[in-house]
Parts: sequence; C-alpha cells; structure tokens
Amino acid sequence: MRGLDDMAYKAKDKKAAIGPDIDLDSYSLKSATHADVKNLGTIPEEDRERMTLAGLDASEKERAGTYIQRDATAVHSGSNIDGLEIIPIRKALKEIDWIRDYYWKLASVDTDKYTARVRLDLQDGYVIRALPGKKVTLPAQACLYLEKEGFNQNVHNIIIAEEESELHVISGCASASHVTRGLHAGVSEFYVKKDAKLSFTMIHHWAEDVVVRPRSVGIVEKGGLFLSNYISMKPVKSVQTYPTTYLVGKGAVARSYSLLVGSPGSELDVGGRIYLQAKDTRAEIVSRAITNGGNIISRGDIIGEVPGAKGHLECHGLILNGGIMQAIPELKGMVDGVELSHEAAVGKIAQEEILYLMSRGLTEEEATATIVRGFLSVDIPGLPAPLKAEIDRAVELSQKDVM
Amino acid sequence: MLIIEDLQVKIGNKKVLKHVNLEIQPGETQILFGPNGSGKTSLLMTIMGYPQYKITGGRILFKGEDITHMTIDERARLGVGMSYQRPPSIQGLKTRRMVQVCGNGHIDVDTLAEKMNFTEFLERDINVGFSGGEIKRSELLQLMAQDAELSLFDEPESGVDLENISLIGNTINTLLQRVNGTQYDKTTKRIARERTKMGLIITHTGLILDYVTADKGLVLYNGTVAGRGNPVEIFKQIKKAGYKECARCAA
Repeated sequence: MRGLDDMAYKAKDKKAAIGPDIDLDSYSLKSATHADVKNLGTIPEEDRERMTLAGLDASEKERAGTYIQRDATAVHSGSNIDGLEIIPIRKALKEIDWIRDYYWKLASVDTDKYTARVRLDLQDGYVIRALPGKKVTLPAQACLYLEKEGFNQNVHNIIIAEEESELHVISGCASASHVTRGLHAGVSEFYVKKDAKLSFTMIHHWAEDVVVRPRSVGIVEKGGLFLSNYISMKPVKSVQTYPTTYLVGKGAVARSYSLLVGSPGSELDVGGRIYLQAKDTRAEIVSRAITNGGNIISRGDIIGEVPGAKGHLECHGLILNGGIMQAIPELKGMVDGVELSHEAAVGKIAQEEILYLMSRGLTEEEATATIVRGFLSVDIPGLPAPLKAEIDRAVELSQKDVM
Repeated sequence: MLIIEDLQVKIGNKKVLKHVNLEIQPGETQILFGPNGSGKTSLLMTIMGYPQYKITGGRILFKGEDITHMTIDERARLGVGMSYQRPPSIQGLKTRRMVQVCGNGHIDVDTLAEKMNFTEFLERDINVGFSGGEIKRSELLQLMAQDAELSLFDEPESGVDLENISLIGNTINTLLQRVNGTQYDKTTKRIARERTKMGLIITHTGLILDYVTADKGLVLYNGTVAGRGNPVEIFKQIKKAGYKECARCAA
C-alpha cells in the first residue's frame, strides 16, 4: 500500500478534470473526537432534525441498520439484521482481511487532489455489505455529519452486494445548523456481484458555503442491478461529482436518477458515466434539475463497447427564477449493434399548464408548486417504500426553497 | 346567473368577440353553435378568465358579482368550471392528484372515478398519452369533483367513441342536474324547478343533443351572436342550409 500513498502524495495538488478548483489548505483537518452514540434517541434534537432532513430515521423503525459519523468520528455503527454488515472503514482496515480486496480497487488515488486527500487523511467512512443470497429489503442508513465550522471531512465508503443478495442504502450528508463553511470529500466504491441488486440513494442537505467533492466508482457483474439516486435540493456552494459505473457481466443493468435544485449562489456540476462492457447490458441516466438562480451543469455519458448494449440518457431542466441550466449529454458507440439515445431539454414552466391548474381553483403560486413537484416526481422502479417516502419528502421540502 | 353585456374581446390585435350579449339563468343550459373561427372557444375562455383574451369593452356578471377583471382561480372558486377540448399534459402530475385539486380535498376520488369508468387512469400523469375520448372523460371527472355551478364544455363529444358517448352525455346531464335516474318520484317539472346548475356547451357535430336536453341555442358567427332559438331547430337548420344561411334565418 506504500505505492498508493506515494501516488496520492504526487497527486495532492492535482486539479480535478472539471469543476471549480478548491484550496484545500483553507479548511481545517482537526476536529474534536465525538463520543459514541449507543441510542440514536440521545442525539441532540437540533442535530437529529438536520440528520432527519438527509433521510435519517432515528427510530430505525424502517431501517436495517445505521452508521453515523460526526466530523471525523464514527459514533454509531450497527446492523439490526443477520446477513447485513455495517462497519466503520478504519476498523475494517484493522480487523478484516477481505477489505483489502475492495479498498481502492475501483477508485484511483491519483484521480485528483480530493481522492489523494481521502487517501492521505482518511477520517473514516463506512463499509456496508449484504452477504450472499441475503435479501435485505429495508434500507440501511448512513449519515455523514459536518459539525465543525471550516472542517474538511474526508470519508471512504465501500458498499458490497454479494452474489444474489439485495441491499438498499440511504446515505445522507448534512451539516449542523451553525455550520456555514466546510469541505466534504468522499470516495465510494460499489460492488454489485452476480445477480445481486443494490440501490444507493444519496441525499444532501448542506449549508450555503459548503463544498462537496464525491468520487464514486461502481462495478456490476452478470445479472446485477445497480440503482443510484442523487438528491440535492438545498443550498450548497459547490458540488462536483461524476460517478462512473462499469457493467462487466452479461445482462448487468445500471440506472441513475438525479434530482437537483440550484439555489442562488449554488453551483451543481453533477453527472453520471456508464460503460457497457458486456452483452445485454443496459444503462439509464435520468436527471431532473431546477435552477432557482443557481448554476447547474447536468452531465451524462454512456459508452457502448459491445454489440447489443443499450443505453438511454435524459436530462430535463427548468429555469424558474433566473440562473443557468446546462445539459451536456454524451454518447459513444464503439461497435456495430449498440443502441444509445438521449433527450435533453431546458425550458420554463408552460404558462398553459399554470392556467389549467388555476382554472381548477389553485392560485398561481400553488399551481406553479404543483407543476414543480410533478417535474421532480420521477418514478424510480425498484425502490422499497421507505426509500420512496424519503425521496418524496425531500421533494416536498424543496418546495419552500423553489417558490 | 351569468350575464354577459356587450362583451368585446381581442387576442393580440385581432377582435375575436364583438358586442356579445348572453344570459344564463340558474338551472339553464344553452348550446353554442358556430363554424370554426366564429369565436365559440374564445367566449368560453373569456368567461373562464384566460388573460390572453383581452376584454376591451363590456362586462361579465356571475352570481351578481362583476367578474370581468377577476383572475382564473378566483372565478373557479366562485363556481365557474370548464371542460377543455385540448388541455395541456403535465408530466409527473397524477390524474388522482388533479382530481383531488378539483375537489379541494373534499371528495372521494375512487368512487367518482369508478362512475366515470376512469379508475385505471388515476395513477397516470394527467393527459399524458390520453386519447381524445380519454381526455374528455378526464375533464368531466375533474368537473364532477369541482362541482361547478357554471360548467363550460368545449366540444365534449369530439374524439369520443360511440361506446362512451352516452357515458359523456349522461355525465353532463348529472353535472347540470338535467335528469336524475335515482329520483323517480320527482316529476320532470319539479326537477327543473329545483335545478340550479348552469351550462354552456359548444358542439360541432350536434351529437350531444341526442343526450342533453338544452333550454336554448345560440349561433355565434364572426364573433357575434347571430341568432338564438330552440337548439334542436337551430341544429336542423344548420344541417340543411349551413351556418351562413342559418345565421340569417335565426336572426
């Protein structure tokens, strides 16, 4: 592993391929160590509320297990179900042999200075794994919480759905209400093995001056399904993420859905890239973005490398109250017999639709809100009910900011 | 009661309604005839309050209130409803939610939808991929939920297949309190006396007349009312002699 550290060290000032450059040294790497949380009910109410906004269910009623990290400390980690493992990654690196088969096996440490930072100054993160054949239909939840003003949180997550297993993860990121400034860098590696199903839903609930640089890579084997959802509807200074997924086994499927709202001062550069590398693989990338005065770049890239691979990309954007909305869909077919398509649209709410709803008794504001909600209500197939409910709730909460 | 006095309307620079006068009493239903471009839809859209239909003269009174300058939603809440010929489709807005909106949360969507034979459409996005006939059923379902006092129908039978035309006709009758199959004890006269709902129906084919017994008919020609009379008689004349001739005879 020495080699990786050297690589990371060499890349520690390497700018990212896209997105505004961040001065890492303007953030602090030091934070207090937080005490363990045995019972989620003991988390101070103010923090619990913020975590709830990012999808945390403190009652765990409809959750299979929970991981909570405050700044650099994993304060809670536990599974409520046989066959589901939730372990802080630093503990896993010390105690579990097999973790070395996954740690930095998909993501490259020298991608840019953010991956390098996560390698050199790892502060924790989670390992969530469903054992072979285990169908865990309730979502496991993780919350990465930023509490110290000006803190640079660096996490590494590994999510594994073993053969024929089913795993759903809701990963919420939030900052405490007093935090205005911070940097969150996260590396996530996803392994979807043969005939396994993994859904991963990331909900962000940051503050106005927080910068976010997730770096995710996934691999899907034969017959596997990987659903990846990203929801960011709250003000944030800058998010730049372009997760990559490789479909390497016959019949592997990846679907990615993003729901974005760009508030004034926010810059969201969000995309998804999927490589179709085996027979009968399928990819779908869907994004719905509303700018409310912010700057949104919605990217998508599907690369078809084998005959019979199919992919579809869909970027729809609305400009509501100013701002910039840019859709950059890309397709690359490398052989005969691939089928790739995309549709992109940037526009405004049709006046005709608002008037139609007003003629049913809604005020202009109510009509606009109803249409916006419809725009963000994408049917995501294959999600369990509690996850659907969390996404609906996030959409509902976004109304206040959009209007 | 709806009273329209000397109504003049422009879209852009084009005069679409010229000095239209019209009265609909409580309980009364009228049929609006007229060739394409005569101003029928413009009249309905103006009564509903669409802002692109600019009122340059005259006024509209509804239930004693001057609604000439009211917004669409204010009119809707006062009891004006409309069944559109080509309503917009809205992605992500389920028909169920739309019907709830119309009923202001006070109605049983499923029971109503069952009556309209529309249950299977409730979870679909409103008007997305609906056929002409499905749109009409959806529009009527929304009007039922809204329970408007004045219902405006823009060609409710267009695009409807024969199987569903009687369903459409009967629903309009129910909306306008024209017949009431469940109250056999009431005489036709008594039903008529107790009736309060008002209707204004545009028809192109006249097919709806086989189902809905209207009180009056009027012919709109070139943006103005060219004639009034018994709707069935007017329709016969139109079929025989065409609109131009009929506009003259009815006047």
